[in-house]
Amino acid sequence: MAVTRRSFLGGTATAGASALAGVAGAARQAIAQEVDDAGGESVDVSLVINGVTYERRLDTRTSLLDLLREELDLTGTKVGCNHGQCGACTVLMNGTRINSCLTLAAMADGARITTIEGVASAEGELHPMQAAFLEHDGFQCGYCTPGQIVSAIGCVKEGHATSEAEIREYMSGNLCRCGAYKGITEAIMEAREATHSSEVGGQS
Amino acid sequence: MKPFRYQAPSSVDAAVEAVEPMGVPGQGGAFLAGGTTLIDLMKLSVATPPSVTDIKNLSLDGIEEADGEVRVGARVTMAEAASHPIFLDRAPVLSDALWKAASPQLRNVATLGGNILQRTRCPYFRDNVSPCNKRDPGSGCAAIGGINRLLAVLGTSESCIATYAGDFANALILFDTTVETHRAAEGPRQIELEDLHVLPEDHPERETVLADDELITGYRFRLPDWARRSVYVKARDRESYAFALASAAVALDLDGETIREARIGLGGVATVPWRAREAEDFLKGKTVSEETGLQAGRIAFESAQGYEHNAFKIPLGRQVVAKAIFDAARKDVSGSAGQSEGAN
Repeated sequence: MAVTRRSFLGGTATAGASALAGVAGAARQAIAQEVDDAGGESVDVSLVINGVTYERRLDTRTSLLDLLREELDLTGTKVGCNHGQCGACTVLMNGTRINSCLTLAAMADGARITTIEGVASAEGELHPMQAAFLEHDGFQCGYCTPGQIVSAIGCVKEGHATSEAEIREYMSGNLCRCGAYKGITEAIMEAREATHSSEVGGQS
Repeated sequence: MKPFRYQAPSSVDAAVEAVEPMGVPGQGGAFLAGGTTLIDLMKLSVATPPSVTDIKNLSLDGIEEADGEVRVGARVTMAEAASHPIFLDRAPVLSDALWKAASPQLRNVATLGGNILQRTRCPYFRDNVSPCNKRDPGSGCAAIGGINRLLAVLGTSESCIATYAGDFANALILFDTTVETHRAAEGPRQIELEDLHVLPEDHPERETVLADDELITGYRFRLPDWARRSVYVKARDRESYAFALASAAVALDLDGETIREARIGLGGVATVPWRAREAEDFLKGKTVSEETGLQAGRIAFESAQGYEHNAFKIPLGRQVVAKAIFDAARKDVSGSAGQSEGAN
């Protein structure tokens, strides 16, 4: 098995993590108590994420982004500004790109979500957009990249990738502080045809 | 974020019953649609509703035209409306104002009902610390003597200079639009869009005439044939995904080069969606020229008051008005019914 950055970091942190898990569980309990005391509520949600159905009871304040990262360990979707300004948290909801940070998990109840973890084929073959980002260096530090790729797939599916100018306008919801926009635009130009006919999360 | 109860009722009647008004603006329960303003403000603890009523299960959908009247459901998203043929072809100013606002991700969820009620981006309102009469009535206004570069020059008061941040309302207001709403006890009512927002005056915490339990359900308006000759010009700090420094929505009814009728809405410069009626009156019967456009711009900003950092919006706004008039006059409406302008 290949050593990934995540498995390496996860491995080195195992000892600390097991201790932290108990703390996190207790913290969640305390938060739940605080919510009940304040007259808040929890909410039951059921979502299909990358083809897998998840059912959870959540604090109503949980954003879709929180659910993905904190509850389901789908950490490919990134937290950037957490206010809908940067696009790092972009996912597809029922095939449409959205900011998961500004979406309550409760709002997404019953929805079909695709994250960066779900865009490659089940066999592990990269989505054409992922391959094109690699080919064209559509990133530098990589932090915004999952959001850029998911947003790019949404952009093409919406029919707003007909020219370089249109791609730049319709990708403006995804900021790249490294300034890799040239590579990002080139990648989308190259992958748009293959993306049109691609299936994402079992949906074309 | 403060804890809150969440509910998603399945009818308009159930939603307005469920929303729990408190009788104090901003203190009661909140309606939730796309959430792009509300959840943002809840994360900042500027909005702290005890309950949130999600209207996702209400069938307030669709854009339809019957008997010359367009009806738009309040849950139609910005993205859906921006690409709808009625908006794109029949009144491009409406489509322009939508796709030039926010980002694609936001437009995919933000609804037209919520968009009209978008809250100000005044940094002192959003910081939840500074004196702000809108957020904390009676506490003062940190913006008037502060960094007010993005704030309003029209419709301001000594209590508040917060800019109305939206774009779509500044365009929709050109077509004498009616807003349809629903309340728990009183049932449905109709409000002219131009009467929906109220000037800040001494009570900037009141932004609209809507009651706390009143839900916008849709819009109705008529598009004259010449609405095809319409544009939305938006000047901003970056080319895309930024709020307006100054914007102008313009529709022109032309007879050759002579203006029969003009309609002008302003954004980024006023405390509410703004109709520049004096400038519209001035343009009647005038010939389209750069000088006519600039004069209309001067008239539109005659009552403007600049502050330390935002006075640049006055000359900028005049030129945006002139450019919008010019662009509308030069707009190619051939191949559309706009060609038969002479038919009145």
